[in-house]
Amino acid sequence: MTRPIRTLFFFVSAALLALAFWLSYSDLAPLGRNTSAYGDLVNSITVPQRHITDAVTAVNFDIRGFDTLGEEFILFASVLGVVLLMRRRSDDPMGDHEDKARGRIVPYPSDAVRVTALLLLSPMVLFGLYIVSHGQLTPGGGFQGGVVLSTAPLLFYLASTYPQFRAVTPPRLIEAAEAVGASAYIFIGGVCMALGGQFLENVLPLGKTGTLVSGGTVALIDLGVGLEVSAGFVLMMLVYLEELMEAKEQ
Amino acid sequence: MPVAIPLIAAALLAALSKAISQAASLIIAIAATLGAMGACVLLAGASRSESIVYWFGGWRPHAGVALGISFVIDPLGAGMAGFAGILTLAALAFSAKYFDTAENHLHALILAFLAAMCGFTLTGDMFNLFVFFELMSAAAFALCAHKTEDPGSLQGALNFAVTNTIGAYFILTGIALLYARIGALNMAQIGQTLGREHPNKLVFVAFAFVVCGYLIKGALVPFHFWLADAHAVAPTPICVLFSGVMVELGLYAVFRVYWAVFDPVFHIHIAGLRALFLSVGALTAVLAGVMCYSQRNIKRLLAYSTISHMGLMTIGAGLFDPVALSGAAIYVLGHGLVKAALFLCSGILLHRFGTVDELELHGVGKPLKWTAAVFVLGGIALAGTPFSGISAGDASLHSAAEHLGYHWVRWISLFAGTMTSAAVLRVAGRVFWGWGPARERASGAAPKSDEKRETQSGHKTIPSSMFLPAAVLLLAGLFLGMMPALPQSTLKAAAQFTNSSAYDARVLGGVSIAIPGPAMPETNVTFSLIAVGLAILIPAAQLFSRQARVLSKAIGPAMKWLHALHSGHVGDYVAFLTFGVAVFALACVFILQ
Amino acid sequence: MSYLPYAVAAWLFIIGLYGVITSRNLVHLCICVSVIQSSSYVLLLAIGYRTGRPAPVYADIPAGTPAVDPVVQALMLTDVVVEVTVMALLLALAVQVHKRLGTLDPDRLRKLRG
Repeated sequence: MTRPIRTLFFFVSAALLALAFWLSYSDLAPLGRNTSAYGDLVNSITVPQRHITDAVTAVNFDIRGFDTLGEEFILFASVLGVVLLMRRRSDDPMGDHEDKARGRIVPYPSDAVRVTALLLLSPMVLFGLYIVSHGQLTPGGGFQGGVVLSTAPLLFYLASTYPQFRAVTPPRLIEAAEAVGASAYIFIGGVCMALGGQFLENVLPLGKTGTLVSGGTVALIDLGVGLEVSAGFVLMMLVYLEELMEAKEQ
Repeated sequence: MPVAIPLIAAALLAALSKAISQAASLIIAIAATLGAMGACVLLAGASRSESIVYWFGGWRPHAGVALGISFVIDPLGAGMAGFAGILTLAALAFSAKYFDTAENHLHALILAFLAAMCGFTLTGDMFNLFVFFELMSAAAFALCAHKTEDPGSLQGALNFAVTNTIGAYFILTGIALLYARIGALNMAQIGQTLGREHPNKLVFVAFAFVVCGYLIKGALVPFHFWLADAHAVAPTPICVLFSGVMVELGLYAVFRVYWAVFDPVFHIHIAGLRALFLSVGALTAVLAGVMCYSQRNIKRLLAYSTISHMGLMTIGAGLFDPVALSGAAIYVLGHGLVKAALFLCSGILLHRFGTVDELELHGVGKPLKWTAAVFVLGGIALAGTPFSGISAGDASLHSAAEHLGYHWVRWISLFAGTMTSAAVLRVAGRVFWGWGPARERASGAAPKSDEKRETQSGHKTIPSSMFLPAAVLLLAGLFLGMMPALPQSTLKAAAQFTNSSAYDARVLGGVSIAIPGPAMPETNVTFSLIAVGLAILIPAAQLFSRQARVLSKAIGPAMKWLHALHSGHVGDYVAFLTFGVAVFALACVFILQ
Repeated sequence: MSYLPYAVAAWLFIIGLYGVITSRNLVHLCICVSVIQSSSYVLLLAIGYRTGRPAPVYADIPAGTPAVDPVVQALMLTDVVVEVTVMALLLALAVQVHKRLGTLDPDRLRKLRG
């Protein structure tokens, strides 16, 4: 279809779709008035039954923990997919698509950038670990903290060159770390089954509400997920940067 | 359990990918697949009398509110998962010699894909269904684009990824709307709550969104454009998985969601729903059958034949009747096996000659006697030879359709089966025996597309690891209808699947209700023989007679327009998608009132 | 005001679809897909909101206080991860397309027709 026909076709469809949306909204309660027995029930039981103060994490890692297992593996499969997609082939075109202007020399990062990046590095790692481990207490958890953790190596990259970055984050180690994190989730679930519960049932001691060691398996799962997410993102960064480097080194 | 085993193996493979050899990784992958399959078979057997309900994390329903995520295992679902395992096994076996440069990441992704399919079929929670849908899709996108040096494969994967992701977000919107209204995510609970109320527009629209999202995966018209592209470029073992089971799972999800969630409330609108699904299915079957016949690229041809058969399966399941559903289920099995065998044969051709273009391969297939045999038999099987899986499925389907008064179903089924089968037989004639003209002058043929090699050099012999899976699968598909217990047990399974009140009661209350078994349909051998006969006549006519070629030239312009519509441009696809969803949603609201 | 978030969600969905359909650049197309994904977040969160209630974190409020729906927020977190991963795959595809064909314009990708 040519562009104008396609656009016209879309406008018609969009009008119909908007109509469908509007019809469905006419039966929705206005903002703030929806009710859900599920949500209220969850809110009332997270503290007494699981000693977890962050209800969202309780839902994510305990009550609906199986969903999160699937989600973690989506991340795992996608990172694997990206690695697969960006791998070097023997018949790669050489010297074709450069990523920078011709003849430009990319300068080494300036001192200001290096100092700032390196200064922020340790607080970032600490902050990331804080978010990961406090998932069951305050908003946060494995995924969020893992992403923050993964920005730490990126800061390192900003402050240095690609070979140095690669030396600090060897791909094999990162891949292994990611796989360990991913399998940890299943492993914990299996352990729960071995200890007499269902898959992923929270059978570990629940600890005192509001302390770091509370929520049983949730804390452990948080750590595993944090490891997997941070390793996964670092791996993706490595793969993307390597793609850039191919172009630059020609 | 069937989900956990492949996932662990996938993680293991990824961790050790650089350390172990390709052979070891393949062994681990096959072992994991066998483990998952074994678990599925056991589950299918155990759940025959009543569905098994498994609550994850030990969160049982509390005063009628389902808290945790449940797996509701019934024979149909476990059967689909087991079938996915069989095809994965075949794909893995084929890929042993097929990928010269594969890394172990490929096996890990295939295992993740299998795990997703298993989880998808067994779950009883709407959002969990979505999560596994996404896992399946993510693995599929990466697997589809495996041949990164071929720009066509990247484009195909891109079209695939964009359309399916948009479909997924339609599903999510539907789930959100339902949650807003009902406040639950567990399918049984939503079903029970909906059954107590009068349906309103939101429920219709949510239903439409969810169904359309899954239909996009199931590649029905007008959402079907991505499938031909994706299949044309994906590596052959992956095509096996896509055609054999992934697309069927889209349909499975639609009907699982319908029977578990929407049946209590839509029951009185069944006539309208039937009309809707039957029209979509019929349109798909006919359109894709026509497109199938006019293709040059063998893999694309097979892809269109999958779409066409999917249309037939939609008709079967869309009759909303246990007998028809059991027919559709057997059809899925039979079609999957045969289609997998056909794809593997085309993979053998690609491996040996470096192309899957029908005209380029003119006559070169003469030395491949056994492959030719499998290919021809597969082609005939698509029309429904007596005793094959496809014809057994057809039988149940047709008898249910007649019973409900839809007499035209039989003819659509004949048309689709014949067209797809004729296309395959024509290819066989051209490739393996060199019949017909070497250059096609009809202007209605699809344009040429080139497919890069998947293996490095032209091999002289076909390794048995490539040929055996194809042969085994084909034999299974050909004789599936002869398995004595199959129709009866599928009927019982279908009855269990469609009994939504039993489902809800079992999941929420742990109560099991006895399900009556419906009557057995009779098989019709003459019908399938007619189909086979036509399927042989049509390509023979095209290859040998001049008049037939003149005829095909006459319909050239119409075909050209049809081909132009399938442009390969992702914007076009999404435009059609939007139109389809909007029309379907409004149809649901207005027709079903 | 009371129906605005829902309208915003529908609008985002439709405008995202518009972007995908009329896009001339693959990266732009991926971002438009992400816009569609954002529409579902807005819808989910709007559905979960309860007027006048605090966030479902019981660290400083007494346990058992009615709060905003946490299930929807958990669903949204899952969705964000799904979005990120799909984006990563799509962008990787876009990068490879640029590398092989030198163009990012969908109109120029003509390899698959019919």
